[in-house]
Amino acid sequence: MSTRVIHLPKLERTAITSEQVLRVVLITTTVIVMTLFFIMPLVVVFVNAFRGGLGAYTAALSHPHTLAAIKLTAIAVLVSVPLNTLLGLGAAWLVTRHKVPGRSLLLTLIDMPFTISPIVSGLMFVLIFGSHSLLGAWLIEHGIRIVFAVPGIILATTFVTFPFVVRELIPVMDSLGSDEELAGVSLGAWGWTLFRKITLPNIRWGLLYGIILCTARAIGEFGAVSVVSGHIRGRTNTIPLHIEVLFNEYQTTAAFAVASLLTFFALVTLIAKEIVMRQVHRKNDQDSSVS
Amino acid sequence: MKKRTPRVLPGFGLTMGTTITGLSLFVLIPLAVLVLRGTTMNWQDFVSAAFSPRALASYKLTFFTALAAGLGNVVIGVLVAWSLTRYRFPGRRLLDGIVDLPFALPTAVAGISLTALYAKNGWIGSLLAPLGIRIAFTPVGISLAMLFVGMPFVIRAVQPVLEDFDTSLEEAAKSLGASGLTTFRKIIFPTLLPAILTGFTLSLARGLGEYGSVIFIAGNMPFKTEVTSLLIVTQLEEFDYSGATAIALVMLGASFLLLFALNLLQRIAFKGGNGS
Repeated sequence: MSTRVIHLPKLERTAITSEQVLRVVLITTTVIVMTLFFIMPLVVVFVNAFRGGLGAYTAALSHPHTLAAIKLTAIAVLVSVPLNTLLGLGAAWLVTRHKVPGRSLLLTLIDMPFTISPIVSGLMFVLIFGSHSLLGAWLIEHGIRIVFAVPGIILATTFVTFPFVVRELIPVMDSLGSDEELAGVSLGAWGWTLFRKITLPNIRWGLLYGIILCTARAIGEFGAVSVVSGHIRGRTNTIPLHIEVLFNEYQTTAAFAVASLLTFFALVTLIAKEIVMRQVHRKNDQDSSVS
Repeated sequence: MKKRTPRVLPGFGLTMGTTITGLSLFVLIPLAVLVLRGTTMNWQDFVSAAFSPRALASYKLTFFTALAAGLGNVVIGVLVAWSLTRYRFPGRRLLDGIVDLPFALPTAVAGISLTALYAKNGWIGSLLAPLGIRIAFTPVGISLAMLFVGMPFVIRAVQPVLEDFDTSLEEAAKSLGASGLTTFRKIIFPTLLPAILTGFTLSLARGLGEYGSVIFIAGNMPFKTEVTSLLIVTQLEEFDYSGATAIALVMLGASFLLLFALNLLQRIAFKGGNGS
């Protein structure tokens, strides 16, 4: 980074120069820190992924185990994200549009999956549905496997990603207030119509933001899923678990090739977040200029 | 306080039903089973599993590496937030957009990527190795991974406060002859403190429970570089469910106490000004 010498009138020179120096120092440090922590980990993924050439890259991605992992992750995401969206909408409506006894307790419970270590979350499901538990033994007797099978992975993913949508919606719906909905009710709108015509258009960007965060976490969840999965290759390995297996087997290039897929998704997520965030701000600005 | 309004809006029963059902199925019952499983254990078995030398070593390691990461995030977070809000420079928008990367990037990817960077033959590790500094497979590496996953918390907590900060206060201080450092210490820092504490708490909590990014860079040697969440997994792999439960309960209890204490501190110190 080059330092620019700034010529200023003699009188103010010293004061402004020290501020100018501070500015350059702080910006430089920020750029260095962020390059070290944010840019380099990204670059290293792609460099390592293509180390073996394009052939090795596509071979790693088209390997049956990789494809199975992609399919399993897709299933987990397609179940957990819509479920959490519906539950999140319900919980946000309840908390912001109704007087609920024990509201703060409810909010604490909603946040719980953020506070609990993913490993402990996974452990809870193993304790409930594992073969040594009463329920687990009974289910296995009837041919239903939850832990070390796909349902366990879906459960763990849903648990860990539960707070994302609610957490985004509550502040949005709180700040909107319920005036518009009350007006809707007084004009005879009710139930689903009220929600679809009045609430949804107002919260759609906030909702989308929550869904994006929820999806990103659902794709990448590692700890909780790792505990309940049992790591059966081609059957219960999600993409992140597949990366772990490859990395631990010193198939570094393949591990990074698969990782590059997730990194690409992460970058898409960041861009989508940026776009949605801008929409949220624009909406807020419009609202404040109207009122 | 809002005035108590009669229930006009629809959907109370439905959303109450789904929320309670969802929370029960996904949060309350699993937690209850965990606690129940712990309480049915013989007290002596519980203590010998939860406070074995190996478990104690893992608590100590996890706490101190997470604490170091949290404190590191405070310093880095304030610095980055300050530069991103106060200065305009080329690449600022890009950096601002990439701050949330640790939230978007799966932890396993972060783990292998940091390991590749900081291992002895890695881009950064190979520069540090001649100086005798080892990062991967040491507690420093663990802290680094926790630092990475928790980094957005402080930045994102501090940024909005800085954006809304009334600069006239700062200018007043300066016009009265206060130096830049004094202004920061007396005017800016106290305003930022609640946000810093919020970010620190979140970052610390994240570090304490972190698994995915840590296990690759940690080395995972019992007594030396084995974090508590990994110890739980190890116990599970040995089918020692009771041992895993005991350690999980200690971890859960400790992190709740810690978060409770930090929230209380924040509420006492700032009279609930910023707490949600």
